[in-house]
Amino acid sequence: MKKNIIYSIIGLCALTFTLSACHKDKNVTPADPNTGEVFAVVGDQVGRPGIATVFVAAADRDNFNATIPSVMGAAYQAKFQTQLQAYNGGAYTTNLLGLSAAAFTGVLATDVLNVSTTGKTTYYDGTNVLTGRQLSDDVIDVSLILVFGGPTATANPGLTSDHVDHNDKPFLTSFPYEAAPW
Amino acid sequence: MKKTKLIIAAVAVALTLGGGILLASDHADAPNVKGKSTDITDLYVFQGANTNNLVFVGNVQGLMSPTTTQTASFDENTEIEFKIDNTGDNVEDLVIQCVYKGGKMYIYGPVKPAQTGLTSTIVGTAAVVVPVTPYGSAPIIATSKSGIMAFAGPRDDPFFFDLDQFHKITGGTATGFNNPGTDTFAGTNVLSVVVEVPKTLLNSTGKLGVWLRTAQNH
Repeated sequence: MKKNIIYSIIGLCALTFTLSACHKDKNVTPADPNTGEVFAVVGDQVGRPGIATVFVAAADRDNFNATIPSVMGAAYQAKFQTQLQAYNGGAYTTNLLGLSAAAFTGVLATDVLNVSTTGKTTYYDGTNVLTGRQLSDDVIDVSLILVFGGPTATANPGLTSDHVDHNDKPFLTSFPYEAAPW
Repeated sequence: MKKTKLIIAAVAVALTLGGGILLASDHADAPNVKGKSTDITDLYVFQGANTNNLVFVGNVQGLMSPTTTQTASFDENTEIEFKIDNTGDNVEDLVIQCVYKGGKMYIYGPVKPAQTGLTSTIVGTAAVVVPVTPYGSAPIIATSKSGIMAFAGPRDDPFFFDLDQFHKITGGTATGFNNPGTDTFAGTNVLSVVVEVPKTLLNSTGKLGVWLRTAQNH
């Protein structure tokens, strides 16, 4: 009886060994372990900073992450416009970029980061608008100004800058650019 | 009058907050991703130190303390993908796919995707494979024959914001930000994938639309 159990265990080990050996062989060819692998379960999605958290209602956030950008405008522009007016007590007219509520939220609702491949890349530097996003860009102040600052960036002065204008560690001048972890 | 306006604005902001860290960049933005390996914090795309290159930075798993970071890991079941539109229709024409396996980050592309939209299929063989840099080590950088540079591992979260003061504003105990403010993200880390690509590989006519997605295999 005991012997049988031992034989069974040995058999099982042998089987496991064979299987794992086979598995190992399978991993050797093809050379790339991930080719053809399918990732179909929706996770997160981000274009510009803060869009989901600032303009998308909590109940819509998972849906927003599962909406492809080409249909985002149709699905979310009106909701974003309502939210923008709510932030401003209904008093939003235009912002520093001269964009009406409809035009501004039309840009924001398609959550894609615009990037220039021919010139300076920055979220906003006073001259270039939405040509990329650098690590050092103060995207929060840009967002606060465009949402709260009105046409001349002077409305709601207490809300248009958080007065944190740089990162807590200096960035590197070469690859990989981000600072070492704490 | 002005005060009333401020209060209205603050209340409106409070409505969207609803408690907890919500307004960050994209940290912990939605119930299905909060606290998971799929949770993206930020996307950055900028010209490299070599201006012939464009740098793509995808950060996940934010708000990690140094202690948490020591044992943090990418997830073999989560793909991180940069989607690139170079025709202006907000549909991806190219993708850069990042898959973690066996301690290494495999990076595919930029390549035409097998299909557009929410499902991703890994295309071809990896352009570059880079070992994930362990916590506390100097960055490990790999470069492909085509000039693509890659890094994967823990970094300081480059995002900065006085989120605590923002909470006070929305909670009604402050009417504006402090000057100077305090960076709530100071001292926190993310897991980062950095890919620097020669612009010639992006088929661009001058403008790109870029977004970052995560997806899981089951």
